[in-house]
Amino acid sequence: MTDATLSFDEAMEKYDPVLGFEVHVELNTKTKMFSSAPNVFGDEPNTNVNEVDLGMPGVLPVVNKTAIESSIKIGLALNCKIAETCRFARKNYFYPDTPKNFQTSQYDEPIAYDGYLDIELADGTVFRVEIERAHMEEDAGKLTHMGGAAGRIQGADYSLVDYNRSGVPLVEIVTKPIEGAGSRAPELAKAYVAAVREIVKNLGVSDAKMERGNVRCDANVSLRPHGRERFGIRSETKNVNSLRAVEHAVRYEIQRHAAVLESGAPVIQETRHWHEDTRSTTSGRPKSDADDYRYFPEPDLVPVVASREWVEELRATLPEPPAARRKRLQADWGYSDLEFRDVVNAGVLDEIEETIAAGATATVARKWWMGEIVGRAKNADVDPGQLGVAPATIVELNAMVPAEIVEKRGLAVVSDDGPLLEAIDQVLAAQPGVADKIRAGKLQAIGAIVGGVMKATRGQADAGRVKELILERLGVEG
Amino acid sequence: MAAINRDDVAHLARLAHIEMSAEELDRMAGELAVIVESVKSVSEAAGDDVPATSHPIPLTNVFREDVVGHTFTAEQALSGAPDAYEGRFKVPAILDED
Amino acid sequence: MTETHSELFRLSAAALAEKLAAREVTAVEVTQAHLDRIAAVDGQVHAFLHVNSEEALAVAAEVDAIRAAGGAAAEELHVLAGVPIAVKDLIVTIGQPTTAGSKILEGWHSPYDATVVERLRAAKMPILGKTNLDEFAMGSSTEHSAFGPTRNPWDLDRIPGGSGGGSAAAVAAFEAPLALGTDTGGSIRQPGAVTGTVGVKPTYGGVSRYGAIAMASSLDQIGPVSRTVLDSALLHQVIGGHDPRDSTSLPDPLEDLVAAARTGNVEGMKIGIIKELHGEGYQAGVENRFNEALELLKGAGAEIVEVSCPNFKYALGAYYLIMPSEASSNLAKFDGVRFGLRALPKEAPLTIERVMAATRAAGFGDEVKRRIILGTYALSAGYYDAYYGSAQKVRTLIQRDFDAAFAQADVLISPTAPTTAFKLGEKLNDPLAMYLNDVATIPANMAGVPGLSLPGGLADEDGLPVGVQLLAPARQDARLYRVGAVLESLLEAQWGGPLLEKAPSLTDADADSSTAATALSHGGSH
Repeated sequence: MTDATLSFDEAMEKYDPVLGFEVHVELNTKTKMFSSAPNVFGDEPNTNVNEVDLGMPGVLPVVNKTAIESSIKIGLALNCKIAETCRFARKNYFYPDTPKNFQTSQYDEPIAYDGYLDIELADGTVFRVEIERAHMEEDAGKLTHMGGAAGRIQGADYSLVDYNRSGVPLVEIVTKPIEGAGSRAPELAKAYVAAVREIVKNLGVSDAKMERGNVRCDANVSLRPHGRERFGIRSETKNVNSLRAVEHAVRYEIQRHAAVLESGAPVIQETRHWHEDTRSTTSGRPKSDADDYRYFPEPDLVPVVASREWVEELRATLPEPPAARRKRLQADWGYSDLEFRDVVNAGVLDEIEETIAAGATATVARKWWMGEIVGRAKNADVDPGQLGVAPATIVELNAMVPAEIVEKRGLAVVSDDGPLLEAIDQVLAAQPGVADKIRAGKLQAIGAIVGGVMKATRGQADAGRVKELILERLGVEG
Repeated sequence: MAAINRDDVAHLARLAHIEMSAEELDRMAGELAVIVESVKSVSEAAGDDVPATSHPIPLTNVFREDVVGHTFTAEQALSGAPDAYEGRFKVPAILDED
Repeated sequence: MTETHSELFRLSAAALAEKLAAREVTAVEVTQAHLDRIAAVDGQVHAFLHVNSEEALAVAAEVDAIRAAGGAAAEELHVLAGVPIAVKDLIVTIGQPTTAGSKILEGWHSPYDATVVERLRAAKMPILGKTNLDEFAMGSSTEHSAFGPTRNPWDLDRIPGGSGGGSAAAVAAFEAPLALGTDTGGSIRQPGAVTGTVGVKPTYGGVSRYGAIAMASSLDQIGPVSRTVLDSALLHQVIGGHDPRDSTSLPDPLEDLVAAARTGNVEGMKIGIIKELHGEGYQAGVENRFNEALELLKGAGAEIVEVSCPNFKYALGAYYLIMPSEASSNLAKFDGVRFGLRALPKEAPLTIERVMAATRAAGFGDEVKRRIILGTYALSAGYYDAYYGSAQKVRTLIQRDFDAAFAQADVLISPTAPTTAFKLGEKLNDPLAMYLNDVATIPANMAGVPGLSLPGGLADEDGLPVGVQLLAPARQDARLYRVGAVLESLLEAQWGGPLLEKAPSLTDADADSSTAATALSHGGSH
């Protein structure tokens, strides 16, 4: 069953979106938050556990000092105040991936609060996102649902639990409601999560690999009619675990909420689940009395007092902030503003830096990443880093294919957006009727234009990319 | 403070994941009503100016260095499990999604 | 059976330690004597849920071998090496089952040792077995054990106190010279009082809680159970001191508690009677023995003063909010997923939520369910401030009362429990009456201060033991031993020997010389 949606433009005509994000960052400490078992991804199930992680009778937690320091660093990088005293609390709920049937978290006394993050959008505008709090907690184990529809919880016959991830330190970063993003809400969503990911990676406190769940995002979306002060009812979309998914999920929820509101029905406050395959959300469970988490101060742990000296010591260790780093890198690499922004927007800044470190020139690194890999990633619908191209491989490849050969065969030319756009514009101008059809929503007509472009580029262009560029050119949603 | 009734107990039993028969709910409601009545003076004992005590002996900043300690083998981890499969704990289907 | 052997189980831990060091007896003989005693009397007392003969004898043999070999290893043996001990079955042990007195853990073997158990092993003390308790330590009579009640060696128709009735009865029945208990609201001290034994709740954080199955984390403390004040000090010295695995463990170095017990002195000391913890509601025999104890202390040079702790009247109520709240959360982990019992729902569908609910319904007894529901209530939305929040404020008031009292007195004194041992079944269906047993012991847990109960004599009306409780400021556990040792020696001088010599014998061999015991041998059923 799919929900009705309104087109994004229509939704924007009538409503203002209000966003909110809870981003969970897994810290890359050597050990767990409250036990000395190793914090390692990908090992055999239930081998990175001891009695504490399994919630055995009689066990007690002890706080990992490095996890506290990492949390304070994250708080500082998010321009937060660091609490002089904070405590842990128990969040009580039963779930088989939670070995104690409570999560040790922080409730009314988070370690960091009242911060902000300035987010630069693609067009260079800066949008300030206010941070409500960043608090520490522990991760849960991993459930695998067996039988029924593969991997889905509905209809599964049984589930298997691996507690290796149980107790991995998490910092949950919660924004204040984000108002005023308008039609740029999906873009802002993606840019915000990208910025958080970049910050924690830069701090060295997290591996920040979204595909491994090191950074996970829950996105809250609500709509209100233009001019209204009061927020609408929100949905909370879980499992939004790639940057592209964040953008798509926010866009989808805006469209879905708009359709619900248009139908006159109330929006239900509920958890939604993002499905990458269908690019849509499905209803989770509504808020219920089972959400009475009965928080109370964790009696097995004592308060954390962050002295001002300690905080300043940690502040002194913070690396260069990403924004400052970008300024420096752009100067070092000699990219134009446009080139550099494209690199940042494509999310391959780190990759290019690593490629240059591996021996490539700045030009060559950009050529490969922007010319070859980003397009392929887009076609494959993944983040470029997820394609698994190692910087060293690029250096090798570049050495194997001499630059002049690349030139001769037109490879460099056709995989660059500039020449492609030129060809597209020519073909579109030659077939104005087809362009109108596409604008009117007859997307299948696009084949004629793609064919023309492929002919013009001697078959060397990436058809998927060409298709995207045509849609962009015509301002049509794909 | 409100008295505790059968419906309250049924709700609490759901929160606490304890199945209770109708008779048990009735009996528990009666017993808890007496206990709750006897503890209600507590809410009037202390004024707003009295701070809460969560730990009898105040300590702060008790930490562990980030050094790897012992782990179990999967076999040890699962040694007391009611049901297990291929190195993991096995549980029946999960009703609620979260 | 040699004469020495037959009497070995009657000796104190200190006396056994001396005989072992002097090589007058072997650790195997001592351990075997206690195992034999368990075999002889535990059918009546039911202090033990599990007897650990093989391992205990192996440890004893190891001690004997080390001692026989002599040299540095023998020199380095702990003073209690070879002295056997019983462990409350709330404390996890490798190699033996740990049940917490609950069906939900029946058959479970812990893959790790509690810190206190590691320390017993390091001292090479043979562990005789695991002792009975109220399920998850919730009770004052040991009747809430899922495996049947323990009986009071003074009268097998009566309760041995609780929750640590098994440890207290084991020591009172000469089945073990020492035992470990846990005390959340009086579970070491109240059983001590009603069985004529000694029990100590150390300062909160003084003994590691790692491996003690938690009831109420901010109240629980492990402590020693014994027949003499010195023996408790010896055991406290083994188990006490900082543990990095317990975040609430005090970093302070452990005081020399044994020296305090050996050099007891009350000369010039101020001992405060807590006005609110005697008189009305206390059995006449309890009150009489208590007053006599005061006279003895006065005679030994102590100054008796009266102090008032007006907020103690809220202690029981606040305790019955904090304890169940913490317990409701601590006991959530018993769900049939990782360990212990799994029960299936009677009807479809078979989902994990229903399996958890069925497991907890089948695995927990009534008192545990009552406290979980009460705690869930006290923490739930809309009630937290009125219940849990208020109770934590009362905790502050109780601490202030103690601060004021300790400004006037070095130690405080009260009866340990309002009555002597009651009959099995007498209060089983009246939770509130049961809870009142702990009225004098709870304030110490609420404030984290240490408390010691020692025998004060027998009540005139029923001839059953009465307990006297001493309380000291936090971290001043040594004072308890200093005062306790004095009072013990004064009382024993009066009685002409330890109080437990007046206890009825439990075996036929001994019964010949005791008419009381003949009556007792028929007293098992009711």
